[in-house]
Amino acid sequence: MLAQRKASGPMVSAERREGSPWTGLWAVVSKEVTDYLTSTRMFILELITVLTAAGTVFVASGRLRETVGQDPYLFLRLFTTGREPLPAFVGFLVFLVPIIAIALSFDAINGEFGQRTMSRLLAQPIYRDAVLLGKFLAGLFTLALVLTTIWLLIAGLGILRLGVPPGGEETARVLWFLVLTIAYGGFWLALGMLCSVVFRQSATAAMAALATWLFFMIFWGIVAGMLAQALRPVRFGLPTELLAQAQLEQALSRLSPNTLYVEATVALLNPEVRSLGIVLPTQLEGAILGAPLPLGESVMLGWPHLVGLVAGTLLLFALAYVRFQRSEVRA
Amino acid sequence: MDDIVIQAEGLTRKYGDFTAVHALDLSIRRGEVFGLLGPNGAGKTTTILMLLGLTEPTAGSVRVLGLDPARRPLSVKARVGYLPDQVGFYDYLTARENLAYTARLNGIPRAEAATRIEESLRRMGLGEVMDKRVGAFSRGMRQRLGLAEILVKRPEIVIMDEPTLGLDPEAAREFLELIRGLRAEGITVLLSSHLLHQVQAVCDRVGLFSHGRLALVGPVDELARQVLGGGYRIIIEAEGEANLEQALGRVEGVQRVSRTGPARFVLDAAGDLRAAAARAVVDAGGRLLALASEAPSLEEIYARYFQKEASHAGTA
Ligand SMILES: Nc1ncnc2c1ncn2[C@@H]1O[C@H](COP(=O)(O)OP(=O)(O)OP(=O)(O)O)[C@@H](O)[C@H]1O
Ligand SMILES: [Mg+2]
Repeated sequence: MLAQRKASGPMVSAERREGSPWTGLWAVVSKEVTDYLTSTRMFILELITVLTAAGTVFVASGRLRETVGQDPYLFLRLFTTGREPLPAFVGFLVFLVPIIAIALSFDAINGEFGQRTMSRLLAQPIYRDAVLLGKFLAGLFTLALVLTTIWLLIAGLGILRLGVPPGGEETARVLWFLVLTIAYGGFWLALGMLCSVVFRQSATAAMAALATWLFFMIFWGIVAGMLAQALRPVRFGLPTELLAQAQLEQALSRLSPNTLYVEATVALLNPEVRSLGIVLPTQLEGAILGAPLPLGESVMLGWPHLVGLVAGTLLLFALAYVRFQRSEVRA
Repeated sequence: MDDIVIQAEGLTRKYGDFTAVHALDLSIRRGEVFGLLGPNGAGKTTTILMLLGLTEPTAGSVRVLGLDPARRPLSVKARVGYLPDQVGFYDYLTARENLAYTARLNGIPRAEAATRIEESLRRMGLGEVMDKRVGAFSRGMRQRLGLAEILVKRPEIVIMDEPTLGLDPEAAREFLELIRGLRAEGITVLLSSHLLHQVQAVCDRVGLFSHGRLALVGPVDELARQVLGGGYRIIIEAEGEANLEQALGRVEGVQRVSRTGPARFVLDAAGDLRAAAARAVVDAGGRLLALASEAPSLEEIYARYFQKEASHAGTA
């Protein structure tokens, strides 16, 4: 009677399924968030980030106090000023956020298999969609909570140390920066989820996610440079050749979420930055060097980057979704 | 027709070339306790997963409570409780918290859930430990917690995969007692097992699985007639010069006589032929020392069935 069911693989029937795919979503989200917030893992992560936040603010504000009253964007400098050998807070975030995100997600799905709770979970009247999305949202929420705490901490410490409150535009920039950082974290969260679906061992999943992180962190820049040299060689030393190579290198390096994040951050936190591309002297004509961009334009500069990060997140999540829908649940 | 709560027709599941379940036909009536029996790898778990919609069948159809679990998974799962083999819980949560999560997933209102949870935990004998972390629970306690979870849902059907696996005899007995309690409430129970005497103790009907096929289905005594050729077995201890084995074999209704000791005979019989057998011994001039009859055990049916099957395979 039901022989006409498509042979396209389990669970991916074209017909509409009964009820909402999100039935039970909030039950999953609230359970997972509670788990995160009460876990030791979370405590360690918070400790690390709070320490870095406090450390960098102290370093930065120490240097900034000399320039109070001269710099209109003093508050933003809190995030971008470092002192050797410590990088600025932004520098820390580039590698800290992926680690937090991966730590939150590497055992999301395979952990349920490991504890043998998955079949019990899926025997309840919910779809797998709710499990996967619920865990992702819980991770994102937790990440956002941690980051927001840190932001508030920095703002508070900054005001105390510098004695000046941030202006309206500065606040808006800092909030956009927070959104961007959460999106960056979302990408790594989705990567961790994908690994947790693909690998049945949590340790393997963590290693795979960290390997990807390391690759983008260290090697992708080198690879992009080498690829650009190979594909757009500079034979005669012509400016057009040099430009073509540099452009390709930049395009390639933007495949890395780290590059996207750093570039968009630069645009948001440095109002003086007028372009994220390669700037030719001719393009500078007419632009008053050093005149800061209004907030809206800074956001527009980083907008494609933000969209890129979100798109990458969706792609990874979709991959995880397909894999998870098709996986057989025996444990 | 209404009475059938689980129905499978031509249910088949293939893993590549390997057929784990082959054209299975099964119907289970409301309120009965049905046992799926079979050796390891026979396809019991696969069948259960298909009934629950956790694995999609390669061919065939399933109806659970009249619904297709693949198309109406939410309705089916809301009304069917499942206890997987080696059930796991979140070790860092208490028994109560674990069940509270399940209740939320089932959309049971909080206050209602709280009372149901407490009630079912007490009923499963976990009243004392409901606020202890599940990490400290023994295998038997986890199993009972699994059943408590199912009760919170107030299901119409309960499906259990190897529910007594890894339980000591006492715990297993208690667990079977709980299953009997479900049946008294009119809940339909489907369980898989290879612990035959336990299945025999609780199941109204059993299905014998072998290599992905449901070889035999029916009440235990009916299966005994089919496989052993008789529903009863009579044990006789008797002495005498005469050929008692032959004399016993001539008794009307005896299918088989086997000598299991110098003065011990076992008869496979269609009914309770104790009186006739005793007369035969006396008539043949033998001295009757003991006489007993026992209902056939599933164990024997099972052993004999697979023995036959193996010998068929050997001769083929
Ligand atoms: N994912 C899979 N891929 C290939 N073969 C599988 C898969 N899952 C199960 N099988 C095979 O299907 C057959 C039936 O498995 P199933 O788990 O249903 O057996 P079972 O009767 O529950 O056995 P047990 O008593 O050991 O639990 C087995 O031979 C098994 O090897
Ligand atoms: Mg099994």
